[in-house]
Amino acid sequence: MASYQTNEFRSGLKILLDGDPYTIVENEFVKPGKGQAFNRVRVRNLKNGRVVDKTFKSGESVEAADVVEMDMQYLYSDGEFWHFMDPSSYEQYAAEAAAVGDSLKWLKEEDVCMVTLWNNSPLLVTAPNFVELTITETDPGLRGDTAQGGVKPAKLETGAVVRVPLFLEQGEVIKVDTRNGEYVSRVKD
Amino acid sequence: MTESDSWRPTAALEVLRLRAAMLSRARAFFAQRDVLEVETPVLSIAGTTDPNIQSLTTRVSGFPGTLYLHTSPEFPMKRLLAAGSGDIYQFARVFRDGETGRRHNPEFTLLEYYRLGMDHHALMDDVAELVGCLLGDEHGAIACRRMSYRDAFMQAVELDPMTADRALLLETLSRHGVPLPVDPLSAAQLTDLIMATLVSPGLGREQPCFVYDFPVDQAALARIRAGHPPVAERFELFFQGMELANGFHELCDQREQRRRFAQDNALRVQEGLPQVTADERMLQALDSGLPDCAGVAVGFDRMVMLAAGARQLSEVLAFAILRA
Repeated sequence: MASYQTNEFRSGLKILLDGDPYTIVENEFVKPGKGQAFNRVRVRNLKNGRVVDKTFKSGESVEAADVVEMDMQYLYSDGEFWHFMDPSSYEQYAAEAAAVGDSLKWLKEEDVCMVTLWNNSPLLVTAPNFVELTITETDPGLRGDTAQGGVKPAKLETGAVVRVPLFLEQGEVIKVDTRNGEYVSRVKD
Repeated sequence: MTESDSWRPTAALEVLRLRAAMLSRARAFFAQRDVLEVETPVLSIAGTTDPNIQSLTTRVSGFPGTLYLHTSPEFPMKRLLAAGSGDIYQFARVFRDGETGRRHNPEFTLLEYYRLGMDHHALMDDVAELVGCLLGDEHGAIACRRMSYRDAFMQAVELDPMTADRALLLETLSRHGVPLPVDPLSAAQLTDLIMATLVSPGLGREQPCFVYDFPVDQAALARIRAGHPPVAERFELFFQGMELANGFHELCDQREQRRRFAQDNALRVQEGLPQVTADERMLQALDSGLPDCAGVAVGFDRMVMLAAGARQLSEVLAFAILRA
């Protein structure tokens, strides 16, 4: 079984703690004068997203988690699973609702997103930072009001609802930041 | 940062100019005091036995056995002192395996120096002047605080490190939310963890702070002063939560030094670390008579970090380990 020594710790490294996969967020090497050295590590549980602090005696080993992150194409959902394909091997993976989580509302068929595999099965699906989606429902646009003013809700083709400027019309394509769910700009043809 | 940028220095050129200026200021400081600059070998047939410091080793054709890269120039400098050199200093590039981090690089520059006839308090006065010369105001002065190791713990965590047992140390760590490693720690290691996480980050916030009189199990190469409790005549200097220097009223007793080397190697066996050949030549030098003196190792790179306002050691090294 692969393992890492504390001196290989760096952010992004995937390790196994108490049977769960974690990613290292921050690693600080601390050493008092001539005393025992420690690694103070902040880790994120990849299953539930919780961030916790851990201390390691420098020189300890930790089991590596078999976690890989891959760009995959979203194919379709059958209602129970969301299906993704590795475009280089054409291998398909089925992700459960828990793995897809909030990314669900940004996924459009054929879009490419990042899938985190743990022991070769999807653990987490991360939508691209920016997506371009068509507005399917919104109040009629206010002509001429392109400079400033209020916002209104708009429903997108994936079902997500975002707040957009008043001048936008149904059928227009907009760019959205999936990390905060905010409208970025109108996409012109 | 792209891979094609990896040839570039990790320090800004202006920081390297500041570093060079600080080197000349330090050399002038010692010239004024008639302290002799020396150079001692990087390679030695003996290494440090300290279980918390790991040496790198190499071989040289035509010489039997393994040679250690020095982790500090302390042993050969003590041989010079015993040979009658008088006050000496050295800028030494030293090597420590496994030490990489925001404030650590496996090779770094120690400014090591020894003053005859001084004890650890007199040397703290002298180091305060050196710090003033490197980091002080236009007059080259900086006011430093001084606090015993015991008081530093009392102020930070209301714990007496001289009398605390394992249960109390564990309780202190848990009360402050410091998670423990999976492997069990000895009382000494728990004390180190409290120092590293709860005490030292708050030391020297406003002005440099010397911490002195350490527990005897952290004596290293310092002499022990009898008392209740007995203490090691050792000090460390902290500024902005960072350790900058470590000094001793130097142990001159050859037999006691030999006993500590053996004790270190016994601890190394317990920890599953390789034993290290003790420095017989240094012990012979002590036996022939080391003058009463105090010595200190100053982390020169960290001094430059503070002068430059750098957040990481790599910002003051021309090429940190990842670009070496």
